[in-house]
Amino acid sequence: MDTITKATQSQKEKFLSQFKENCCIDTNRDLQNIREAAQAALEKLNFPTTRDEYWKYTRIAPILRGTYHQMPGSEPVDLGPTLIENMDSYDLVFVNGYFSPEHSSRLESESWLVLPLSEARNNYPELITKHYGQYADYEKHAFTALNTAYCQEGACILLKDNAQLDKPVRIINLTQGDAIAYHPRNLLVFGKGSKGAVLLSYETGSGNHAFTNAVSEIVVQENAHAELFLMQHKSDTNSHIETTQVFQEKNSQFQATTITLKGKIVRNNLNVVVDGENCLTRINGIYLTRGKQHVDNHTMIDHRQPHCESHELYKGIMNESSTGVFNGKVFVRQYAQKTNAFQSNQNILLTDQATINSKPELEIYADDVKCSHGSTTGQFDEEAVFYLRSRGIGEASARKLMINAFAADVLEYISIEPLRDRIEAYIEERYETVL
Amino acid sequence: MLNIKNLHASVEGKQILKGLDLQVEPGSVHAIMGPNGSGKSTLASVLAGREEYEIDEGEVSFLGKDLLDLSAEDRAREGLFLAFQYPIEIPGVSNINFLKTALNEIREYNGLPAMSAKDFLKRVKEKQALVELSGNLARRSVNEGFSGGEKKRNEIFQMAMLEPKLSVLDETDSGLDIDALRIVANGVNTLRSEDNATVVITHYQRLLDYIVPDFVHVLYQGRIVKSGPKELALELEEKGYDWIKEELELA
Ligand SMILES: Nc1ncnc2c1ncn2[C@@H]1O[C@H](COP(=O)(O)OP(=O)(O)O)[C@@H](O)[C@H]1O
Ligand SMILES: [Mg+2]
Repeated sequence: MDTITKATQSQKEKFLSQFKENCCIDTNRDLQNIREAAQAALEKLNFPTTRDEYWKYTRIAPILRGTYHQMPGSEPVDLGPTLIENMDSYDLVFVNGYFSPEHSSRLESESWLVLPLSEARNNYPELITKHYGQYADYEKHAFTALNTAYCQEGACILLKDNAQLDKPVRIINLTQGDAIAYHPRNLLVFGKGSKGAVLLSYETGSGNHAFTNAVSEIVVQENAHAELFLMQHKSDTNSHIETTQVFQEKNSQFQATTITLKGKIVRNNLNVVVDGENCLTRINGIYLTRGKQHVDNHTMIDHRQPHCESHELYKGIMNESSTGVFNGKVFVRQYAQKTNAFQSNQNILLTDQATINSKPELEIYADDVKCSHGSTTGQFDEEAVFYLRSRGIGEASARKLMINAFAADVLEYISIEPLRDRIEAYIEERYETVL
Repeated sequence: MLNIKNLHASVEGKQILKGLDLQVEPGSVHAIMGPNGSGKSTLASVLAGREEYEIDEGEVSFLGKDLLDLSAEDRAREGLFLAFQYPIEIPGVSNINFLKTALNEIREYNGLPAMSAKDFLKRVKEKQALVELSGNLARRSVNEGFSGGEKKRNEIFQMAMLEPKLSVLDETDSGLDIDALRIVANGVNTLRSEDNATVVITHYQRLLDYIVPDFVHVLYQGRIVKSGPKELALELEEKGYDWIKEELELA
């Protein structure tokens, strides 16, 4: 073993030891087996470096060097920072990864379960074991293995066949305190013909240098319609790795919108396996970066079956010396004839220092398909700004109009109106002074 | 209302305006004609406050204020309007939202309350009819996917909405068929009043059959080299610009 490998090895040991201490045994043997398998995988796996193609532009060393605490937040919990005006939702609230029953609406009915994962594991083991750990690959990916090995809590949302959620479910992850770390783990199953929307948000109440490593497994069964909104609104010193593994069955629709507003190092892995015919997949994203922030969106859509359609639109507004990565892979297997797949990544760089690495990757093995991708990166259109100003619009509001216009075609897919209003207001505030 | 004295302006180190004088009084229509490249659009850009144009010398006062001292937006708020030779497309910004923002910023600057939604929509309807712009176009993104003629009509629509005191129309006639030309001219004529003035930049006489000027000026090599009544335009149409060049050489 050379010295570099040794150093990496000892860093890994130190990093992992912080999570080993506190962990956790599942009474359910199947789940415990998965946990142990993930722990074993983790022994063998190395955390990625920029020498790994998949992590080429994202240095996670600052995350691995951290010393972290795992502890509940202080009482009383202040949910102020998470407020979305006029939002009517079923909430599951987690503070530092711990379930907060007094702020949550647990649901157990004929139609659906909306529960903390720990409770679902105990009360509905057969429903859980059918899906849990079956989609997110902990054998290959170190952060997925880390989550699977040491997660303690998360949300479980199960819509039975044909159930229609009358309100969105909101999973709030609030971080309180310095150097907090946790591994939220979510399981979302949309039964046949069911329909529902879930907002998964990560926010900071107080403190710095926290790290969250989230994994969500999402199953969208036949004819189901699922909408997912991921909102990352942590402080600019907190880091976040999020893996979302989606499995779509035939005739289903899945839409995800990833909204990254804050964070120090944010890495999103969104993987959708389309394993049935006539599916519609729409994955959108918007990221606003500033300071020395780094936001990396890696997406993968794996078209395995014919007659499916996918649309992908990611937009970045990048300020100061922030850096961004977009890597969108669309995989069309040989059997997946008549696939329509469209992908676009567009960025506005507000300064000369901001940078984006944008890489669309189409891998197409079928011959009768329609696929396209495009990537644009540019500064503000100064001609347009002048045009607006020449009509009496102040420079700052001209730039704001243009930013809103740029964001509009992602925001229009946010079907939860209060959420869309919140994001629009946030964008307003964000660019009130900087432009 | 507009008083330009000895204006010298350059862009990228190249002198374009070389001692231009022009005076515009309320209620008047001035036509500025001149061959391509003589500096007509440069004059319009300098008046509108485009920052890449350097003012080397001269003065411009507008309604008693030093125009060159004002930002582009403040010039508009003081009542100056430029109809662009090449209107810009702004995807995602709706015409209506854009005009509402503009109108209310202008009103705020002038100490007026924001316009009610009802009054605003009433004005939109009325002005839209004036330039025969379909409701659909008024609501679309600014100029996005508009035909050349629609873009020009949209400029006049914006002018009508904002009710400026001085409008500078830069080649608003170029690329218009005769019907569109009539619509644009009708818009401009309807908005004429004792209190406002119009500067029409063109290099065809055609537009001046519809928008009849009080004065015609010839801009050549960065200066106004000849001014006269509306008949001067006809003379230019007939004889071209060569006789002016010859006159200049003789002088
Ligand atoms: N932004 C610019 N950069 C460089 N040259 C310019 C620019 N704008 C105008 N010019 C030059 O200035 C001269 C006058 O142009 P312009 O004012 O557009 O003339 P006109 O409108 O009378 O046809 C031309 O030679 C043109 O090439
Ligand atoms: Mg011109």
